[in-house]
Amino acid sequence: MLGKLTWDAIPWSQPIPLIAGAVVMLVLLGVLAWVVVKGYVPYLWREWITSVDHKRIGVMYTLLGLVMLLRGFIDAIMMRLQQALAFQSGGYLPPEHYNQIFSAHGTIMIFFGAMPFVIGLMNFVVPLQLGVRDVAFPTLNATSFWLTATGALLVNISLVVGEFARTGWLPFPPLSETGYSPGVGVDYYVWALQISGVGTLMSGINLVTTILKMRAPGMSYLRMPMFCWTALSANMLIVAAFPILTATLAMLALDRYLGFHFFTNEAGGNMMMFMNLIWAWGHPEVYILVLPAFGVFSEVISTFSRKPLFGYRSMVAATLFICIVSFTVWLHHFFTMGAGGDVNATFGIATSIIAVGTGVKIYNWIFTMYGGRIQYATPMLWSVGFIVTFVIGGMTGVLLAVPPADFMLHNSLFLVAHFHNVIIGAVLFAAFAGLTFWFPKAFGFRLHEGWGKASFWCAFIGFYVTFMPLYIVGLEGMTRRLQRYDVPEWRPWVLLAGVGIIILFAGAVCQVVQLVVSIRDRDKLRDEMGDPWNGRSLEWATASPPPAFNFAVLPNVQDEQPYWTIKQRAIETQQLPAEPDYQPIEMPRNSPTGFITAFFSTLTGFALIWHIWWLVVVGLVAAYAIFVWFAWRDVEDYVIPAEDVAKIDRERRHARQAWLDANARVGEPA
Amino acid sequence: MSSTALPAPHRRDADPYRLGRGQGHGAPGHGGGHDHATGHGAGGPASKRVVVGFGFWIFLLSDIVMFSAFFAAHAVLLDATAGGPSGRELFDPTRVALETGFLLASSFTCGLAAVATEARSQLWTQIFLLITGLLGAGFLALEINEFTRMIAEGAGPQRSAFLSSFFAVVGCHGLHVTAGLLWLGTMMAQVFIKGFRPNILRRLLCFNLFWHALDIIWVALFTIVYLIGLGT
Repeated sequence: MLGKLTWDAIPWSQPIPLIAGAVVMLVLLGVLAWVVVKGYVPYLWREWITSVDHKRIGVMYTLLGLVMLLRGFIDAIMMRLQQALAFQSGGYLPPEHYNQIFSAHGTIMIFFGAMPFVIGLMNFVVPLQLGVRDVAFPTLNATSFWLTATGALLVNISLVVGEFARTGWLPFPPLSETGYSPGVGVDYYVWALQISGVGTLMSGINLVTTILKMRAPGMSYLRMPMFCWTALSANMLIVAAFPILTATLAMLALDRYLGFHFFTNEAGGNMMMFMNLIWAWGHPEVYILVLPAFGVFSEVISTFSRKPLFGYRSMVAATLFICIVSFTVWLHHFFTMGAGGDVNATFGIATSIIAVGTGVKIYNWIFTMYGGRIQYATPMLWSVGFIVTFVIGGMTGVLLAVPPADFMLHNSLFLVAHFHNVIIGAVLFAAFAGLTFWFPKAFGFRLHEGWGKASFWCAFIGFYVTFMPLYIVGLEGMTRRLQRYDVPEWRPWVLLAGVGIIILFAGAVCQVVQLVVSIRDRDKLRDEMGDPWNGRSLEWATASPPPAFNFAVLPNVQDEQPYWTIKQRAIETQQLPAEPDYQPIEMPRNSPTGFITAFFSTLTGFALIWHIWWLVVVGLVAAYAIFVWFAWRDVEDYVIPAEDVAKIDRERRHARQAWLDANARVGEPA
Repeated sequence: MSSTALPAPHRRDADPYRLGRGQGHGAPGHGGGHDHATGHGAGGPASKRVVVGFGFWIFLLSDIVMFSAFFAAHAVLLDATAGGPSGRELFDPTRVALETGFLLASSFTCGLAAVATEARSQLWTQIFLLITGLLGAGFLALEINEFTRMIAEGAGPQRSAFLSSFFAVVGCHGLHVTAGLLWLGTMMAQVFIKGFRPNILRRLLCFNLFWHALDIIWVALFTIVYLIGLGT
C-alpha cells in the first residue's frame, strides 16, 4: 500500500535531523495557523497563489530563493563547524549524515536558492523593462513557479522522511546506482530535480518568447536594456541545456528503477557518459546563473554612475559570445578523465577564451563608472564588491582551465574556493543588488540603507575570510568533502574559514533585519513617485508598485534609454506628456492551475520516490484531468474598463507632476 | 457540421501569413498587432497567434535537444552489447518500414486536417483527425508488439547497455506519440463542442507542429537507430 515507506523512514535515532525537522514543521504550522487565524487565506489564494501576474510570480520566486538560500546556508554552517571540529576526531556529524549535508547544500543552493532568485528577478523586471503587460504565457508562468516550489518541498521532506542523496550535488554513477546507493536519497534528488527542471524549462520558453515577440512599440533589439539581453541569453541557455538534464536524470532513473544499464559497471554501461551529459548541462547552467547577474550589475552601475552603459553594443556581443562558448567547455570539469592531450588542450583554450568576453564586460563597467557621478547606495556597493571579487575568481578559473594545473587541483578545496568565489561574488551579490534595487518597484518602499550596507560589508569581508583560506589549504592538498582530517598544517586555515562563516552569518542576519526594519518603517521609506534611483529604463516609468496592467498605454520607445528621454523632456518642458486616450485593457484571469498541478506533482514525485505505484497513477490521471479542465474554460481574460485605467494612471501622473513641481530645475529626485 | 466560407480574399492579401498585422484590432499603444511595423519588434507585441506558435516552436526545439541527448547516448552505447544480440539480429526491416509508413501517412492526414480547419469544415477536420489518430495508434501497436517480442526473446533493456539505450530512445518517442494521441482526442472533443474559436485554432496549430515534429524525430530515429543498427 505504501511501497517502501514505513515508520523507520523517519530517523528516530538521529537527533539532529529530527530536531531540525521538528523546528521547521513547527515554524511552518505556526505560520499556517497565523495565516488562518488572521483570515488571510482568501486573500493569499486570490492575490498570490492563483495569481498569473508576472510581478507576483517574480516576488514569490524571489521569496522562495531567499528562504532556500537560508536553508542551504545552515548546511554550510554545519559543514564548516564539522571541519573545524573534525581534526583527528570524528566531529559531531557521522559520515553518512555529513555526506547528505554537503549534497543537500549544493543542490539547494544552485537549484532552489540561486535559480529561483535569478528567475524571480527576470520574471519581475523583464516585462516592465520591455514596456509590456505580462509574459507571453501567464498561466504557464504560475505553473513553472509552483513546480519549482514542488522540487524544493521534496528536498526538504527528505530531511525527515527517509534521507537525501550522499553523492554530492551531482549524483555521479556508479555511486548513485542502486548497488551503492540503495536508499531513497538519490530518488529524492532525481524527482525533485526532474519536476523543478520542467518548471525551469517552461519558464525559459516563456521568457524567450516574451523577449523575442512581446516588446513595446519601437523597442528594437538594440534598444533593449542590458538586463533583457542577459535574460534572453540565460533563457536561451535554459531552453538548450535543461532538456539535457532531463534526459540524463531520466537515464539514471531508468537505471535505478527498471534495471537499465546506461551508467552501470556491468553489461556495457558507461559512467563517463554521465559526466559528459551532466556537464553538457552543468556548464551552461553556470552561465544561466551568472549572465542575469551581469545584467543586474549593468543596470545598477549605469544608474548609480549617472551615465548610460559604456559600450552597450560590445556588451551585447560579449553576452552572446559567452552564451555560445559556454556550450563548448564542459569537458574542463573532468580533464582527469583521460581524454588525451589534444582534447584537453582544446577545451582548456575554449575555457580561457570565455575570459575574453567577461573581460570586455568588466572593462565596460569600469568605464561606465569612469567620469560618472557615483553614488554608493547599497546596490552599487554590491556591484563594486562584485567587480573586485569576480576578477579574483575569474583568474583562479583561468588557472584551473590549464589542464596540467587542473590535474593537481582537481577535487581540491582550491576548486571549491574558486567556484564559491564566482558564484557568491557574482550571483549572490547580484541577487542582493537586484533585490535592493528593484524592491521599491515591487512594494512601493525602499529597503533600509544602513542595514543593507552592514549586510554588504559582512558578506564582503566574510566571503574573503571564509574562502581565501580554502584556496590555501587547497594548494596544500586538502581535498573537498572531507568528513575528518589529520594534517595539522591545515587546521589554522580551516579554523579561520570557520571564523569567516560567522561573519557571513552576521551578514545574513543583517539582511533579515533589513527586511523587518524596512517593513516596520515603510511609511518613512515610501517611494511616492515610482523612480527612487533616478533610473533610465522603462520599469521606472510606471508607479511603485505597478498596477496589474503595468502601463496604462504601452510606451513608444525612441532610443536606448526610453525612460531617461521621457524624463528629460518632462524636466525641460516642465510638464508631463499630454494625457493619453485611455482604452479598456484585457488582462489574463487568475487560475489555480499551477497550484493544483504542483499539488499532484508533489504527490507523484513522493510516490515515485517511495514506490507507491497506485499513487503515481492517481497523480498522472489527475494531471491530465487538470490539463483538460484548464483547456475547457471559456473566458480567459477580464477587462479593466477605461475609467479605471484612467483613474489609476492619473494618480501616477499626479505624483510625477508633484515631483516635477518640487524639483523644478534640479532634475534629481528628492 | 456546416462549413463556413473562407476568409474574404482582401483580408488575406493584407496579411498573407495571418501574423496579426494590419488586422486593426487594438489601437496603437495597446498591443495586439500594429499597422506600422517597420522592423523586428518595432510594431509592438505580436499577435496571440504568433506568440503561441513561436513559443510552441521553442518548446519543440527543447524537446529535440532532449532527444539529441538520447541519440548521443545511443551512439556511445551502440557497440556495448555485452555479448548479447545486436541490432542486426533484432531489427525487422519490414516492421520498421511499416511503422515509418504509418507515421508519415498520419502526418499527411494531419496536414489534411489543417486544410479542412482552414476551410472551417467540422466534418472533414474530425475525419482527418480520426484517421491521424488511428494511424498513430497503429504505429504504437507495432512498436509495443516489437518491444514485447524482444523482451520475450530475452533481449529486454536489462540485457545490455545497447538495448537499454534502444528501449529508452524508441520508447521516449513512443511516449510522445501516446501523449500526442491523448492530446488529439482532447482536441477532437474541443473542436466538436466549442467549434473553431481562435484559441481552439491556435491549439490545432500547436498540435500540428507537435505531430510533424514527431515525424522529424522518427526520421532521425529511423536513420540512427534502425539503419545504422542494421548496418553494423
